Amino acid sequence: MPDHPADSILVLLETSPNGELATSASGLLGAAALIGTPVALAVVAPGEAGTIAEQAAERGAARVLVVETDSMRTQLTIPHVDCLAAAVAAVAPDAVLIPNSIDGRDVAGRFAARTGAAIAVDVIGVSRDDEGILVHHSVYGGAYTVASAATFGPIVMTVRQGAVDARAEAQAVALESLEVSASGAASAVIESVEAVAETSSRPELRGAKRVVSGGRGLGSAEQFALVEELADALGAAVGASRAAVDAGYIPASHQVGQTGVSVSPQLYIALGISGAIQHRAGMQTAKHIIAVNKDPDAPIFEVADLGIVGDVFTVVPQLVSALAERKR
Amino acid sequence: MKIIVLVKEVPDTYGDRKLDLETGLADRAASEAVLDEIGERALEVALSFADAHDDAEVVVMSMAPETAAPTIRKGLAMGAAAAVHIADPGLAGADLGLTARVLAAAIRRTGFDLVIAGNLSTDGSGGVLPAMLAELLDVPNATALSSIEITADSVSGTRSADDATMRVSATLPAVVSITEAMPSARFPNFKGIMAAKKKPFETLTAADLGVEPHDLSVAMSIMTAIAEKPARAAGLKVTDEGDGGTRIAEYLVENRLV
Ligand SMILES: Cc1cc2nc3c(=O)[nH]c(=O)nc-3n(C[C@H](O)[C@H](O)[C@H](O)COP(=O)(O)OP(=O)(O)OC[C@H]3O[C@@H](n4cnc5c(N)ncnc54)[C@H](O)[C@@H]3O)c2cc1C
Ligand SMILES: Nc1ncnc2c1ncn2[C@@H]1O[C@H](COP(=O)(O)O)[C@@H](O)[C@H]1O
Repeated sequence: MPDHPADSILVLLETSPNGELATSASGLLGAAALIGTPVALAVVAPGEAGTIAEQAAERGAARVLVVETDSMRTQLTIPHVDCLAAAVAAVAPDAVLIPNSIDGRDVAGRFAARTGAAIAVDVIGVSRDDEGILVHHSVYGGAYTVASAATFGPIVMTVRQGAVDARAEAQAVALESLEVSASGAASAVIESVEAVAETSSRPELRGAKRVVSGGRGLGSAEQFALVEELADALGAAVGASRAAVDAGYIPASHQVGQTGVSVSPQLYIALGISGAIQHRAGMQTAKHIIAVNKDPDAPIFEVADLGIVGDVFTVVPQLVSALAERKR
Repeated sequence: MKIIVLVKEVPDTYGDRKLDLETGLADRAASEAVLDEIGERALEVALSFADAHDDAEVVVMSMAPETAAPTIRKGLAMGAAAAVHIADPGLAGADLGLTARVLAAAIRRTGFDLVIAGNLSTDGSGGVLPAMLAELLDVPNATALSSIEITADSVSGTRSADDATMRVSATLPAVVSITEAMPSARFPNFKGIMAAKKKPFETLTAADLGVEPHDLSVAMSIMTAIAEKPARAAGLKVTDEGDGGTRIAEYLVENRLV
């Protein structure tokens, strides 16, 4: 294994079930480039290394370590942790960046526990000062910003998807295959996987520049289509309140808030959402907030730059035709 | 079957939550403290299994300041058989690594077949603790379960990851975490509240568990800065008089959002 740069920052790449590099990679490699030399680790199915390495180099990875294995198809978490441990031993990075996804958090947690490394979660930015690497968090729905650091050793962090806008320059492809011996740690078995079918070409909620969200005020799954119609008119991602998710209007992956996705878009439009504090926790850092609600006392108006007290079923269709009018 | 449910006292998310700008710790006086909703759902999973299986024993466990005892006791009132509370001033402000070492030691000491945690707490929102515990306890982790089946020697369920839904299973002992898609919890009734007073409630320190909280040879995550952001101010609120949609369109144009 060749020598690695002294300021190496290791980035764990995630791949989608169909073998594509996940969109989280651009932000993570961008963040890594701010504090050192991005070195990527890809754990992929046999035969996929070349494509993933090219895609990672394109997004700024100076080197790409690859492990080709099928084990991650049948075993949960452990294969990634074993590969990460081998990569960290080979590269001795100053920091390890992992997407703050459900899978990423498990890998980060296990890896930090195994190696005794300091861990920081849901990081929204990274920087470096004389004493080393600092990570930045947004706490209690953006009410506070907090910085933290490791007392010593590499810091392992999960990075909020869509939070880092920085992008790294494309690099020449430098692929190295990594030898990994399985730890044999007990793991859960993956019995079957079903990719979540994205039925539309709408932007992903995480990191979206515009979000249109609907709440219980939409009244039914059929009527929730109005939210999607406005989102499409604006090229926006679709979000929802927990009540809309609980009522089955839309899958849980669209939930914005405390226990859903945190978004910080340019534009957030809340339709038929009361604006409970747990919902606001996931969207109140948006640049522009517009709300439509029948109830003049709805708390969403406390954070809205423009609030329309009215019925979504009359206001939104008018807005959609005004936008269509403009386009003509 | 011994099931340990990990619960946490958190500032009520329905209120304003504050951080102390001196210490960076949660300002516990600023908000009401409650049992985290996701921990209650985790407890419900264990209790409904115990309802149907006489040999199941449910223990609630928490690492929290001494003042959290009444909140943990609510778990007993809901139906858990025993509680373990790790309370130690030396653990105030513990980072994830220390929290995981303390809880792993307490779980080992209590003994377990299954540990059930929430996927994400509303204060830390770390979501990494269940996996850390599985590693330290050397057992499988099956996290983010939106449905769960427990048998005498295994646990399985549906795991909703970001871009895929999978079926996973693990042999016991294991650590699992559940999501808020699981049913909300039962309320403690009067009988439960009275019975809770007689149930075993163990209080432990870090020393009881052989953990040194201030061990500087272990890497830690420390807070280096904290700042409060000014609250967002309300803007313009207008009642729709037949031009609500047009007004929004105008706002979007003025602010170059379309
Ligand atoms: C621990 C915890 C975590 C939580 N996490 C989240 C989270 O991540 N995200 C989240 O959203 N919530 C979360 N919640 C739930 C939150 O407290 C609220 O229950 C939820 O946000 C309410 O959703 P809603 O605004 O759609 O529904 P409601 O509060 O019922 O509001 C519906 C609104 O629609 C309006 N309306 C009705 N009809 C119309 C119409 N025709 N036109 C215009 N307006 C109309 C009504 O006036 C009302 O204001 C959490 C709660 C807890 C305890
Ligand atoms: N101090 C603690 N005591 C007991 N359980 C905890 C503690 N911190 C976290 N947990 C458990 O771990 C889950 C995830 O928490 P977190 O990692 O803070 O998001 C929670 O829902 C609890 O089940």
